[in-house]
Amino acid sequence: MSTPTERTTGSTEVKHPDGKGIGLWLKLALVLLGIVLLALLPQVLSRYYIILMMPFFAYSIALLGLNLLFGYTGLISFGHALFIGVGAYSAAFLMRDGGLEYMEPLILLSVLGAVIVAVPVGLLAVRYIGIYFGLLTLAFGMLFYSFLLKFYSITSGDQGIRVEKPILLGFIDTTGIDYLTGPFYYYCLGLLVVMALVMWRIVKSPFGLTLRCVRDNSVKAESLGIGVYRYRFYAFLISAIYGGVAGVILAVSVGQVDPTMSYWTSSGNLVFMTLLGGFTSFLGPIVGAGAFILLQDQVMSLWEYWRLVFGAILALIVIFAPSGLMGLLTMGWKKVVR
Amino acid sequence: MLHAVDVHKNYGDYVAVAGVTLFIDEGEFVSIVGPNGAGKTTLINVLTGLLQPTAGHVHYKGHDISGAGPVKLAQLGMARSFQLVAVFAELTVMEVLQAASLTRLGRGMRLFHSLGSDREVRENAEHIASLFGLQDQLGVKSGQLPQGNKKLLDVASAFALYPEIILLDEPTSGVSTSDKHRIMETLVVASKEIGIKSIIQVEHDMDIVFGYSDRIVALYEGRVLADGSPQEIECNEEVMRNIIGREPVRNA
Ligand SMILES: Nc1ncnc2c1ncn2[C@@H]1O[C@H](COP(=O)(O)OP(=O)(O)OP(=O)(O)O)[C@@H](O)[C@H]1O
Ligand SMILES: [Mg+2]
Repeated sequence: MSTPTERTTGSTEVKHPDGKGIGLWLKLALVLLGIVLLALLPQVLSRYYIILMMPFFAYSIALLGLNLLFGYTGLISFGHALFIGVGAYSAAFLMRDGGLEYMEPLILLSVLGAVIVAVPVGLLAVRYIGIYFGLLTLAFGMLFYSFLLKFYSITSGDQGIRVEKPILLGFIDTTGIDYLTGPFYYYCLGLLVVMALVMWRIVKSPFGLTLRCVRDNSVKAESLGIGVYRYRFYAFLISAIYGGVAGVILAVSVGQVDPTMSYWTSSGNLVFMTLLGGFTSFLGPIVGAGAFILLQDQVMSLWEYWRLVFGAILALIVIFAPSGLMGLLTMGWKKVVR
Repeated sequence: MLHAVDVHKNYGDYVAVAGVTLFIDEGEFVSIVGPNGAGKTTLINVLTGLLQPTAGHVHYKGHDISGAGPVKLAQLGMARSFQLVAVFAELTVMEVLQAASLTRLGRGMRLFHSLGSDREVRENAEHIASLFGLQDQLGVKSGQLPQGNKKLLDVASAFALYPEIILLDEPTSGVSTSDKHRIMETLVVASKEIGIKSIIQVEHDMDIVFGYSDRIVALYEGRVLADGSPQEIECNEEVMRNIIGREPVRNA
């Protein structure tokens, strides 16, 4: 196959996730290094920081799904925390009322819950694009939030529900160990790696290519026989599945579920993380999740109006670095090798 | 094969197509001509199911396809290209043609297959690219192609569906006169190779219209002013003066 011969524009333009950046092997090496570093963290960091990092895995998994919608399908959801909320509350209900103690069935059943909610929401929302899609998803997120607040007898309203520590892989429980920073940490890391691999497979599949057609030009896509609603719908379902898984591990990480999990600010945070890391690269959102957590910890302790700082950062990214941190890293790297 | 009966299309109060009846047979190369705003693109959009006709019907291979939608029609063997270039800007030439091949083979829903290792799709895409002289640009992003090649890619991706009938809305607009003939030759060769039975094109360049068409349909203010062979059209005074902008040929 031939290589690109024409480059008419500079490197400042927005590149979509399909572009070939640095060499594949180098990328692979960096990713492996990243996984090794994450695996070593519990040995070097204090417990405070590990606990602080726990939601990283949940956000990363949710963002992999969200970016299938945003980066690859061109649909921006402002209510994606809905699925995190559904996943988290499903897990909480299943443990509290169903007496379920095992992690794997918890994940499967909670994902089922997310899918059941995603089917009607998706069927409606994928008929709209741009701001309308965003607002519809936002509306459903708020609907669920209100439901959580209002149906106090089931959900305990804004007090939320305590979440126990489920048994991992059928035999790891909490006796005699630090569950969260030990086995659960590695369980989440493993889950993130597996779900990232699956997502990688999806975006490199015929389905992934077809989604990018839908994103770039839906009228042209239809003329080629691509049923755009169908493709958007499946992308929506997949992103909801990722959101559901994220919800379960977030619930366990925090030890508690409450309605703010699916409040619009949570959805906003997800979008922020995606932009911060860069929606144009596959791993961008994961980088964004990590950066967000560290940033939030730092800024929040310095100033109570931390959201103001975040707003300013968001504005700067959108204007000066539309490809986010990953875009900056890739650009910096290209300067180094040149 | 494709046949429109008394098709009307209004945009609000504005009548863009006002009762067009048209039969396209297998094996025909038909050119639609007419001044700007005559309703040519609107007619193409109705024929390809993108727009629902306000009144009238469109039949294709025995199905009533009025407003059936492009997806259904693509499955029935109809393809089209667009007047304003329509490509997937962030996709490479290779990827655009792969995507078209995928839908033709019904493989777009494959979630966990590796696209890169689908040899049939790759060879298909490469074949179409070489038919259209795009084989050296497979790795170039569509959005960065020169205008003429964007247009060519738009057409090529429609051909990649191996349709029976294809509707091309100004396939050579924005291209220099010398390139126009090259593109038309490419189209004719490619459609033979692919087995396309009928071609309908909208075209402003009269050399090309008279050089390649079996039939010419002249559209004016949403109506068919004339419909006939190039020889017949050449002698039609009204059409020659108002649409073609030339003196009619006088028969001795
Ligand atoms: N979506 C629309 N809404 C309202 N009016 C429209 C729309 N599309 C086209 N028109 C109007 O309908 C008329 C016919 O448009 P159409 O695009 O079919 O013309 P055309 O023959 O293809 O012209 P051209 O040679 O410029 O491509 C024009 O007057 C145009 O302004
Ligand atoms: Mg037109």
